[in-house]
Amino acid sequence: MAVITIREALNQALAEEMRRDENVFLMGEEVAAYQGAYKVTKGLLQEFGEKRVIDTPIVELGFAGLGVGAAMAGLRPVVEFMTFNFSILATDQIINSAAKMLYMSGGQFNIPIVFRGPNGSAYQVSSQHSQALESWYAYFPGIKVVMPSTAADAKGLLKSAIRDNNPVIFMEQERMYGNKGEVPDDEDFTIPLGVADIKREGKDATIVARSLMVPVALKAAEELEKQDVSVEVIDPRTIRPLDMETIINSVKKTNRLVIAEESHHFCGVAAEISAVVMERAFDYLDAPVKRISGADVPMPYAKNLENLAIPGVKQIVDAVREVAYLD
Amino acid sequence: MRGAYAYSFSCGLRAGERLIEMSKQAKPSPSRAQAEEANAAGVLDPEVTDEINPTELEQEHSARKEEQKHRVEEMDRDLLLNLLYQMILIRRFEEKCAESYSLGKIGGFCHLYIGQEAVAVGAISTLRKDDYVLTSYREHGQAIAKGVSADEIMAELYGKAGGCSSGKGGSMHLFDSDVNFLGGHAIVGGQIPLATGVAFAAKYQGTDRVALCFFGEAAVNQGAFHESLNLAQLWKIPCIYICENNQYGMGTSLKRAMSLQDVSQKACAYEVASEFVDGMDVLAVRDATLRAVERGRTHSLPTLLEIRTYRFMGHSMSDPGNYRTRAEIEKYQERDPIKLFTATLKETGIIDDAAVQEIEKRVREEVDRSVRFAEESPEPDPKELYTHIYKD
Repeated sequence: MAVITIREALNQALAEEMRRDENVFLMGEEVAAYQGAYKVTKGLLQEFGEKRVIDTPIVELGFAGLGVGAAMAGLRPVVEFMTFNFSILATDQIINSAAKMLYMSGGQFNIPIVFRGPNGSAYQVSSQHSQALESWYAYFPGIKVVMPSTAADAKGLLKSAIRDNNPVIFMEQERMYGNKGEVPDDEDFTIPLGVADIKREGKDATIVARSLMVPVALKAAEELEKQDVSVEVIDPRTIRPLDMETIINSVKKTNRLVIAEESHHFCGVAAEISAVVMERAFDYLDAPVKRISGADVPMPYAKNLENLAIPGVKQIVDAVREVAYLD
Repeated sequence: MRGAYAYSFSCGLRAGERLIEMSKQAKPSPSRAQAEEANAAGVLDPEVTDEINPTELEQEHSARKEEQKHRVEEMDRDLLLNLLYQMILIRRFEEKCAESYSLGKIGGFCHLYIGQEAVAVGAISTLRKDDYVLTSYREHGQAIAKGVSADEIMAELYGKAGGCSSGKGGSMHLFDSDVNFLGGHAIVGGQIPLATGVAFAAKYQGTDRVALCFFGEAAVNQGAFHESLNLAQLWKIPCIYICENNQYGMGTSLKRAMSLQDVSQKACAYEVASEFVDGMDVLAVRDATLRAVERGRTHSLPTLLEIRTYRFMGHSMSDPGNYRTRAEIEKYQERDPIKLFTATLKETGIIDDAAVQEIEKRVREEVDRSVRFAEESPEPDPKELYTHIYKD
């Protein structure tokens, strides 16, 4: 197994799937000649040419809709948003067209398309460039939402997303592009959508974390181990469909649940997980479920304020201690 | 340049030349001139449309008929009869829709196309079966013209399992993959990027298929229109954008909604070829669309057609239509595309009264059959609620 960055893992997934299927093409702002705003698409123009690696003008609604139309006619577009903040302009096409097409056509037109790009905070890019939008997209039946946290997951899940016959929102994290991890060399390595991964086993409490919060939760778990608290860390990896079985089974074992997320708490993914755990595993809970979410404010610019807005190791450690009644 | 009612822009010029060229070419048609006068008369003055000069109207009608007669001469009789059949079928089908809607058999929104039949029929008659059509929520006409069966459309409106979208789409979301009818889309302008993508795929796959994209003039104000035209010309996409300018976006007239009301001129902002076409003349629509389809198939280039038309009914079945004067509606009813085309075909000896009656009879049978089919088709099985959300 090679040790590569998440950026390289995504790049490999794109290249392999484009080699595998002529119908896969890549489109977005600066994906071709510039080699990607975050260099995820480096070298793809050189290998696949202008027909299949396409620089778009800055027209998110237009190229998102064009992608959905191309998918209706049999192609498998991968549409890059430079960040998911810009996808807000394209939501009409993602939600009103892509998510609904199969249903309202009575099963005639499925939309095999991937919308991918970084989601959540970067470094001091302020309010309009730091949003975590997964709960928006996960809200809608007809869409799948994927959020990898390791290089292997990034590669295996992106390959599955491209092969999937439905619209997939594939959310990366800018702060994590350089994170390294082991990735299997096998070109057929894929990870099925909708299957959670237990990133660390434990018995005293469960932390469910996704994307940027996974490495933070793992650090918190290390910290807690020193305090004799054994923590299980679960990364759902796919937000829709959500693998609640793995989470419920863990809660049945640990009886305590903390959910960490970078996004706002209101109407969020943690709220959903919390509700389902209450419905299905209420009797197993020894303490109320605790959510650790991004601050309920637009992201500030100042470094110190930004740090306060994003959950850190200490908050998660404190939350676990709270649900374990240790303080 | 085709007569007084169609003019085209050549946008392959540098900006300065183009402006000069536009001012030379954009000679308004009589109807356009009337529209412009109305605009100049004031923004919120519905009375202006009451001033109708019967002589002028008669002259215009005759002139138009003469023009249509010239076109008829060059055409195959079966094709002409088929165009007439299609237009009458759409008209009678929709009259039946209105009736069924009033009886509560059709639910939701129901946007009728009556008055605009020449646009769908003329434009779609230029296509091959494997070409694509995408349109808005006012789509019964396009669906019929593209070959979706009237039975399945009616069943869809009735919310039945035998509907072309299995009862899940309704009036605004008709689909039929067998004839490449890629939907009714109900967000104003939403189908424009989609059609651009469909045509993009046709080119990507190495075919010479084209996509026809229908939308109302109100959609032209949406960003989706402008983004799509820019991409289509930039990437040489064979998409034909058909703006059905019926002059009202729901209850808001064009003059209250658009600063530059000459829709076809907007193509010049993106160097897209365009034409202004009389939408009451099915053959004018067909001619202009043929040129656009040719441009798409052989040069892989887009075209914008602004087709001036008029809906005789309200925006939807629930629209009392009190934003238009009776006189304005009557004026356009005088220019009814079916009436015009029937008169032309009679005067040129292509058909006689008996032939028209024969068409009406066949149409009535087809419409009645569609109602029977819809009535007899079962409701969707309750378990269908949870199918077609994801594809395996």
